[in-house]
Amino acid sequence: MDSFAMVFTIFVLAAFIGFEVIAKVPPTLHTPLMSGSNAISGIILIGAILSAGAQHTWLTAGLGFVAVVLATINVVGGFMVTNRMLEMFKRKD
Amino acid sequence: MSSGLVNIAYLVAASLFILGLKGLTHPRTAVRGNLLGALGMLLAVVITLLDQSIVGYGIILAGIVVGGGIGAVLSVRIKMTDMPQLVAIFNGFGGLASILVAGAALLEVAVLTGTSSAIVLNTQFSLSIFASGLIGAVTFWGSLVAFGKLQGLTNDGSVRYPGDQIVKVVLTIVILVLGYMMVIYPDSSTPYWLMVIFASVLGILFVIPIGGADMPVVVALLNSFSGLAAAATGFVLFNTVLIVAGTLVGASGIILTIIMCKAMNRSLANVLFGTFTVTEGGPSADEVYGGKVKSTSAEEVAMLLEGAKRVCIVPGYGMAVAQAQHAVRELFDLLEGHGTIVEFGVHPVAGRMPGHMNVLLAEADIPYERLKDMDEINPSFKQIDVTIVIGANDVVNSVARTDPDSPIAGMPILDVDYSKTVVVIKRSLSPGFAGIPNPLFAADNALMFFGDGKKAVEEIVKCLKEELG
Repeated sequence: MDSFAMVFTIFVLAAFIGFEVIAKVPPTLHTPLMSGSNAISGIILIGAILSAGAQHTWLTAGLGFVAVVLATINVVGGFMVTNRMLEMFKRKD
Repeated sequence: MSSGLVNIAYLVAASLFILGLKGLTHPRTAVRGNLLGALGMLLAVVITLLDQSIVGYGIILAGIVVGGGIGAVLSVRIKMTDMPQLVAIFNGFGGLASILVAGAALLEVAVLTGTSSAIVLNTQFSLSIFASGLIGAVTFWGSLVAFGKLQGLTNDGSVRYPGDQIVKVVLTIVILVLGYMMVIYPDSSTPYWLMVIFASVLGILFVIPIGGADMPVVVALLNSFSGLAAAATGFVLFNTVLIVAGTLVGASGIILTIIMCKAMNRSLANVLFGTFTVTEGGPSADEVYGGKVKSTSAEEVAMLLEGAKRVCIVPGYGMAVAQAQHAVRELFDLLEGHGTIVEFGVHPVAGRMPGHMNVLLAEADIPYERLKDMDEINPSFKQIDVTIVIGANDVVNSVARTDPDSPIAGMPILDVDYSKTVVVIKRSLSPGFAGIPNPLFAADNALMFFGDGKKAVEEIVKCLKEELG
C-alpha cells in the first residue's frame, strides 16, 4: 500500500470512530465537548514544534514560534477551561 | 529515538484522545476523560521533542511558556457567559497555527530539496498544503468575525449586500486557480501565501451574513474546521497523531453542527447561504395579542408556585444576558426545600453555543440530573403545574407546530403550553429572532411577568419566602 493510501485509511477510520464516540455525548456536555475538542485540535502543536525546532531558516523558525504560541494557548487553555467546567457538573454531596 | 517507537507513542496518544472523548459521554466520567486527553497531548509533545531533527529548544520552550501562560490566564478568568467567545477565538488560533505550520513546511522543502528529508515533493504534498492553508484561513478569519459578533464588537445581525454569493463564487475560483499553481510550481511559496490572503477574505465574507441567533451553528462548524485544518497539516507532515486527533475534532464539530441545524429545522446550506425570510402574510402582533395578554406580579407567581407539585424552568439566552442564573438557583433551592419537583427544560439552540445553558446552570450549582433536554421534558409538560420561561421566545412558540406557513414551521419546540400554567418572564412583547408574534403570550393559561430576568426572579424568591414563612 502506498503511503498516501495508508494515511488516508487512518483519516477515514478516525472519522468513523469520531462519529461513533461523539454521537453519544449528551447535550448537557456539549459546551465542554467543544472546548475539550479545541484542546485536542491543539495537536497542531506537534507540527509547530517540528518547524520551530528544525530551524532551517529564520523565517521557518519564526513561523514555528508563532504557531507554538497559538497551539499552546489552545492546548493549555482548552484543557484547563474544560476541567473547570466539568468540575461544576460533578455531583455536589 | 527510532521512528517506530515515535509512531507507537503517537498511537498511544491518539488512543488516549479517543478514551478521553469517550469519558465525555457522562458527567461522572467526564473530568477523568478530559485528563486522559491532556495526558495524551503531553505524551505526544514530549515524544516530538525527542525527534532528532530538532536542533534548538530555545524557541520551542519560549513559545510554550508564552502560550501556556496566556492559555492558563484565559481559562481561569473567562466568565461562563463568555464561553462562546473563548471557543470561537480558540478555533481561530488552531486555524492560524495550521496556516503557519503548512507555510513553514513549504519553505523547508525549498531548502531541503535533495536532502534526506521525510517530506516528498509531489502533488499530494502540494494539495495537503493547499488544504491546510485554505481551511486554516477560513477558520481563523471566520472565527474572528464570530468572536466580534459574540463579544458585541461588531454588528451581530446578518450583514448582506447585493451579489454576495457571486463574490464568494469568484473568490473560490481564484483560490482553486492558485491551488492549481501550487501543484504546478510545488517549490514556490508565492501562490500559497496569495491563496491564504484570498481564503482569509472568503472566511470573513462567509461569517458576516450569519446572524446572532445562528451563532451556535457557526461556532460548531468552525470547531470542526479547526480540527480538519490540523488533519490536513497531518497529511503534509505524514504525522498520524495529527491526522487522528484533527479528524476526531472535525467529526465532533460536524455532529454538533447537524444537531443544531435539526433543532432549528433548517438545512446547513440555509443557515450559511439562505436568507431567513420574515414572512409578511402572518398575523400581526395586535391580532395575536389584542386584549388577551394577562400581566402578573411576583406575589401571584409566588402563590402559584406554593401550590405547585411540579415546576419546570425554561431558560433562554435572555437568562444569560440578565445574569439571572444565581437567582434561579435560589428559587430552585426554595422550591426543593418545600418538596416541589423542579426540572429545567433546555432547548438545544438556547444560548449562543451548544450546551451553553447547561454550563451556566451547572455553574450556579443546579444538579445536572435536573437539566432535561427537549425530548426528555416534552412528554412531561402535561403533568407540570407551573412552567417558568425566562428570556426564551422562538423556542417556545407554538406556531412552529400549528402554522405550516410560518418561518419557524416544523422547528422542534418545548411544548410549554401543555403545562397547567405558564409564566413568561420577559422585558416586553417584542418578537424573537424569527420576527413573529408568539401566541403563547396570549394563551388562556399564560401569564406575562414583564421585567428584567434577574430582578423578576429575585422578587418571586422574596415573595415566596414570605409565603412559606
